[in-house]
Amino acid sequence: MPDKKVLLETKHLKKFFHTPGGELHAVDDVSIQIPQGETLGVVGESGCGKSTLGRTILRLLEPTSGEVIYDGQDILKASKNDMRRLRTRMQIIFQDPYASLNPRMTVSETIAQPMLVNGICSKKDVEKRVMELMDTVGLAARLYNAYPHELDGGRRQRIGIARALSLDPQFIVCDEPVSALDVSIQAQILNLLMDLQEERGLTYMFITHNLSVVKHISNEIMVMYLGQCIEKADSKELFRSPLHPYTQALLDAIPLPRLAHGGEKPRQSIKGEIVSPIDPAPGCRFAPRCPKATAKCTQRDVPLRSISDNHQVACVLFDE
Amino acid sequence: MDEKMLEIKDLSVEYTTDEEVVKAVNRVSLSLGRGETIGLVGETGAGKTTLALTLMRLLPKVSGRVTGGQILFDGQDLLQLPEPEMRTIRGEKISMIFQDPMTSLNPVLTVGDQIGEALDLHMELTKEEKEQRIDEILRLVGIDENRKKDYPHQFSGGMKQRVVIAMALACEPELLLADEPTTALDVTIQAQILNMMQDLKHKISTSIILITHDLGIVAEICDKVAIMYAGEIIEYGTAADIYESKDRHPYTVGLFGSIPNLEVESRRLNPIDGLMPDPTALPQGCKFHPRCPRCMEICKTVQPPECVDGSHMIRCHLFNREQPSE
Repeated sequence: MPDKKVLLETKHLKKFFHTPGGELHAVDDVSIQIPQGETLGVVGESGCGKSTLGRTILRLLEPTSGEVIYDGQDILKASKNDMRRLRTRMQIIFQDPYASLNPRMTVSETIAQPMLVNGICSKKDVEKRVMELMDTVGLAARLYNAYPHELDGGRRQRIGIARALSLDPQFIVCDEPVSALDVSIQAQILNLLMDLQEERGLTYMFITHNLSVVKHISNEIMVMYLGQCIEKADSKELFRSPLHPYTQALLDAIPLPRLAHGGEKPRQSIKGEIVSPIDPAPGCRFAPRCPKATAKCTQRDVPLRSISDNHQVACVLFDE
Repeated sequence: MDEKMLEIKDLSVEYTTDEEVVKAVNRVSLSLGRGETIGLVGETGAGKTTLALTLMRLLPKVSGRVTGGQILFDGQDLLQLPEPEMRTIRGEKISMIFQDPMTSLNPVLTVGDQIGEALDLHMELTKEEKEQRIDEILRLVGIDENRKKDYPHQFSGGMKQRVVIAMALACEPELLLADEPTTALDVTIQAQILNMMQDLKHKISTSIILITHDLGIVAEICDKVAIMYAGEIIEYGTAADIYESKDRHPYTVGLFGSIPNLEVESRRLNPIDGLMPDPTALPQGCKFHPRCPRCMEICKTVQPPECVDGSHMIRCHLFNREQPSE
């Protein structure tokens, strides 16, 4: 059986920011492969670098080093014109449905803009195309001339999705697309994203801090901590058998919507705060907070190791 | 002696603007005893924050109006109190934690000063006593007392929320209103804050009204639950009633159903169709009927009665034993 084609790949991707205090390691040596038609979930807490990763892959931020290979082409070497063409294939849905829409543009103007700017549609054809897109994402036709402030978060997010789809992309970075929404609207939007993926063979990088959501939509999941990938596995496998202590703590921390009847042991919350990503010391960055840390953890950097075909982890507990 | 500390009776609140009237809270009743925690659950627009603001008498002066009902706190109707008296209650007997800790702290005052403000306003303490109290409360919320001269921007999101909680607890209030206290926080920090709130329940018996849309958090720390929809409480009961009873309001069933379940394999999620109704144009009869998978004819025209079974109340015609439900 032929392997699925890899649509997006990164190799040792790094993005550092200069600060007066030193180098901020936002994304630190991340290598991923996303097969066409599949979803890579990227999970982690605030400051882990997941949004920066998404933006760097799209060259919305210029990487510090490493490679981003899209459909076989190293996009970091692409010229401005090449990038413009590539960008029609690679789109992004932003987290904040309130901040990511121009408040002075109507629904139709927002959705039409990418098509007009890229010259793929004439002004007279664009109306039809906008109506089709609105229908696809479940926005009522009567909202054609509405402004964002007249609409709730769920509808605004649908505008963002329609806009991302307008250029008929192959790859979409979904940056926390449902975090700002109510639970039942989240469910509607997630179903929409999954349906679109099935119908159009879309490839997603789905960034979120919400583990329940990511399990649903991802084929593979990568857990990030302070810029590094600390565990990567097939979605079911990660939940069945989380290996890294941080992943375990993350899963443990999710409050489940059912009553515990005293039989369950009280959860261990992770102590302390995240250390600074500026000029981090060598070794595991989670060690200061890890309940299983030993001296070995901070002696040298801990690389990602394959435990099985579909599971990798960066932790001394799994050194041979 | 089981006099309820808080009794909200038939409360209705509106916002009026030039163009329309927004019926935000519609005849809500609930009660809370000392040391109890109640989860007020509902989606955006249900009226939860409006209810909390009304309790604190912090509604916007121009547009917000209480159109009926009472709020009895320790036997006194808060709605009838003159503002100077209300000010002695606000911050001292009833405190509130607002949703976004990033924006509820004053960036130009140290953390210690902000906690101290509440003490200055409500308590007669000497300088030493005040400093001691600040240290004590910082310890209570898990912040190193040496940080009291730091400014909010020097703290992370989770720490800021602890500062907000410390401010709210400075005067040991009887009732704490927490409006989505962990929504803006990462899940591991949320776990720390929830553990801390559990601890507080035991240490200082504060009653808590926890406003949230997260049914997981409610399961962790709430004794009672009230589900709000379109300004009404449509289901109410103990945590066991809401999580384990086989009788539940169709909206509650829908809410539980739309949460992606970590423990169950399923391909698609089950959202509730549609959206919460526009509060300027509420439907006739049961406010949920246009979205209800079990809607009957009577639901479209007649407001459902409160159907009570022990501690469990469901506002739904399906559970009305007075009449046959077909």
